[in-house]
Amino acid sequence: MMAVGSCDTLKHTPRWSLFPPSFQPMDTFQELVFKLKKYWSDRGCILQEPYDVEVGAGTMCPETFLRVLGPKPYRVAYVQPSRRPADGRYGENPNRLYKHQQLQVILKPTPEDVIDQYLGSLGAIGIDLSRHDIKFEEDNWESPTLGAWGIGWQVMLDGLEITQFTYFQQCGGIDLDLVPAELTYGLERIAAFLQGKDSIYDIEWAPGFSYRDVRFAEEQQFSVYNFELADTAALWQLFELNEKEAQRLMDAYDKYPLHKARFPVLAIYDHVLKCSHLFNLLDSRGAISVTERVGVIGRVRKIAVRTAQLWVEQQGVAA
Amino acid sequence: MNFLIEVGTEEIPDWMIVPAVAHLRQAFEQTLADHKLKGRVEWVDATPRRLVLFAERLPKAQKDSEELISGPPKSAGEGAAQGFARKNSVTVDQLETLSTPKGDYFAFRKKVAGWLTKEILASKMPDLILAIPWPKTMYWTGKVGPRFIRPIRWIVALLGSDVVPFEVAGVQSGKVTQGHRQFGRRKIRVTSSRYEEQLRANHVIVRSAERRQRILDGIAQWHVKPDDKLLETLTYLTEWPAPILGHFDESYLSLPSEVLVTVMRHHQKYFSVMREDGSLAPDFVAVMNVPEDPDGNVVSGNERVLRARFNDAQFFWETDQKRKLADRVESLSHVTFQAKLGSYLDKTNRVVALVRELGGNTGAQRAAELAKCDLSTEMVKEFTDLQGIVGGLYARAQGEPEAVAKAIYDHYKPLSMEDSIPSTVEGQLVSLADKLDTLRECFRIGMAPTGSKDPFALRRAAQGVVRLLVEGSVQVPLLNLCGGDESLIEFFADRVRYYFREIRGHKYDEVNAVMAAGWSDLKDAAARLDALQSVRPTENFEPIAASFKRIRNILEQANFEGGAFNAGVLTEEAERALYEAVKGMSLSGIDYRTGLERIASLRPQVDSFFDKVLVNAPDAAVRANRLALLHHLRKEFSSIADFSEIVTS
Repeated sequence: MMAVGSCDTLKHTPRWSLFPPSFQPMDTFQELVFKLKKYWSDRGCILQEPYDVEVGAGTMCPETFLRVLGPKPYRVAYVQPSRRPADGRYGENPNRLYKHQQLQVILKPTPEDVIDQYLGSLGAIGIDLSRHDIKFEEDNWESPTLGAWGIGWQVMLDGLEITQFTYFQQCGGIDLDLVPAELTYGLERIAAFLQGKDSIYDIEWAPGFSYRDVRFAEEQQFSVYNFELADTAALWQLFELNEKEAQRLMDAYDKYPLHKARFPVLAIYDHVLKCSHLFNLLDSRGAISVTERVGVIGRVRKIAVRTAQLWVEQQGVAA
Repeated sequence: MNFLIEVGTEEIPDWMIVPAVAHLRQAFEQTLADHKLKGRVEWVDATPRRLVLFAERLPKAQKDSEELISGPPKSAGEGAAQGFARKNSVTVDQLETLSTPKGDYFAFRKKVAGWLTKEILASKMPDLILAIPWPKTMYWTGKVGPRFIRPIRWIVALLGSDVVPFEVAGVQSGKVTQGHRQFGRRKIRVTSSRYEEQLRANHVIVRSAERRQRILDGIAQWHVKPDDKLLETLTYLTEWPAPILGHFDESYLSLPSEVLVTVMRHHQKYFSVMREDGSLAPDFVAVMNVPEDPDGNVVSGNERVLRARFNDAQFFWETDQKRKLADRVESLSHVTFQAKLGSYLDKTNRVVALVRELGGNTGAQRAAELAKCDLSTEMVKEFTDLQGIVGGLYARAQGEPEAVAKAIYDHYKPLSMEDSIPSTVEGQLVSLADKLDTLRECFRIGMAPTGSKDPFALRRAAQGVVRLLVEGSVQVPLLNLCGGDESLIEFFADRVRYYFREIRGHKYDEVNAVMAAGWSDLKDAAARLDALQSVRPTENFEPIAASFKRIRNILEQANFEGGAFNAGVLTEEAERALYEAVKGMSLSGIDYRTGLERIASLRPQVDSFFDKVLVNAPDAAVRANRLALLHHLRKEFSSIADFSEIVTS
């Protein structure tokens, strides 16, 4: 699956702390998350927990991919650990991660003062806007695999990309009724910025615990698995099983005799996500040839688009 | 009255702003013209968040006008007149007579009051704003809502001190604008005359020229590498630009300057700074969108971002060295060139063969073999603009001969009309073969560009081929390299014409004349064109060209395709003189200019021939012989340029 959301993960190495100790106390990683969640909760967002299927970006969670469809307003914020097997660096690169944490906010429909609200969130995590440079630079987002695209910016804070801001236009090939704003905060980057750390691994996650303490083993082991030990034949089988199961369920929808609202469209989507992740794994193993690549992307897109259609139809029936 | 319109938006991509503003001006002027309104646009300008137009001397309303409404013919009598008058709510004595060729009619002169300018603008502005063309638009108020580049959040529309009322995308026009996101107020009531200063007080410089100058003034204290495009980008990316100087560790200077500059310019939008000797200094200039950096946060933030980027680049460089370019050739089979055209390995094999066919030495062949290998490097995956350049740098670092490294480095050149061609023969050969291959293969599978669609940049590739063949040192007949593909030949012909006319500034008829005499050898065509251009102003040239055109017409009318010539059949003095002059003239062994001068020197004989000799002689044999003479003349002397293509005054 194409990488979604802000593409290149965290890339900066601070030389010294931005704020002298007297200026303000330094937030830990988890305090940063608390503050952002509180901020958006105060603005009417449901706080969701991370989705429990592997995704490449917060956008792919049903809380975004499916909820942006249809005419119902929705506001949600959640942290989503996002896995991009090809970005793994065995925990050795200070700026790149196999799995990074995004804070995803969906505001549907977009409030008129959305940018002011966003800027307010930066204030809430201790960034004094009168002392920093903010720019909104054009950066549109597109995911061919999800049949989705949007228009927006990367938000630059003192030259560092901290957020991807997207007005969704289409999802699953469907024009959206209400245009949502999607804010994707790169949490590691922002934390490293606030803490003035050279390396992501040096971020203080909780008092006395560094990012390294919490996540290093995961980065290292999954890099080994993704690049060296994953059995491509098995991954292909898993891909096909998931695809087949998604297909079987989609075929069953029309014939489903009972109330359509009960039909497990959400379960279909889990299989779509599985396929997408397996595709990424196969890709990072170099197991997908040039000629196959377009075809495999097309297969995932097909079931993703169909799921979106079923979801919209089901919502219509349920309403 | 003054008219001020400000369309307030969220941040518009910098590169789209200038054309949008130009369109706004043009559309507004058109609206004035369409409604016979006087007034002129004083200025249009923009920041990322506002498109602004300011016009002056608009009238309060259109002038009142009169309309003559004709009624029944006078012959219809008084009753008809009364009916007509009643219908128009006037009395009969207010009617007048309209005389036409068909007779006299009752008529009534109706006064039409001019529309108020305010009403006209109120009705026209919404469509005018939404009709601004953008490369990519969005909707934001819902699926059926209007489309624009980014959401419109406010509109100021003031005619004098009055609001021109209208609505676009749910936004009601008014007199309230917004200041700078971080340093301005959210609600500012403006007047049309004090608009600029009111915004300035809120940290917005409306005029792009002033922002540009602010950047230039700010960076003048440092030895900044000039970069007009970046300057333009930053001018339209900021509302209140302020340059700041940052530094990076000198150790990064061991990375190639190409990599450093790309990171600074393309990824971070920084200016590079040079030392006295022109080499890169460990400094950069960033342009903030805020007035100052009181704590040094912005400088240190940018420095850290840059450092991380440079660290990555260093990491890529080191990782890439673990596998030499030569060991990457096979893995090009995993990189698609084009779905139907296979991988870059396939392409590489074709290009190597073509370089060999073009007579490339072993260095050129080696360069062709390695040219695309950098596509699998981490550095090029991260910095795609550096393809070719990275390959060249790696080849050098890995001990390939300098000629090979240089050829790889240069082989994408020329990237534009302004860009130079590769400086070495090897580089020119690889560049030529690479581009020719792309063109041939794409045309072969029917992927010729259509209209504005040219996804493989084939026009640029063909233009590059033309420039390489004219300006470079490789001399090969282009037509032999097109594989007999007529559409490709025609495509090249267009590019050749474009190049000679637009880039070299030759007159179109001279280009046609020279190309009609052959253009497969482009260097030769260029030499002939230069000769033609220099001979053109001489006394005899245009008359002889006119005569050649006459000859062509005569031959065409006679359907004469050539025939035996017999000097014995010549009867007139003038034709004999022409024959003698033609016979005694040779163009071999002389330069084109001299050749053209010689041809032009035939003018007296040619003129005298047409004065005194009747080509269409009654005697068929004499006529055929005269045609044969003219045919010979045209054939012999059209090898430099076909004079009959010259448009004479």
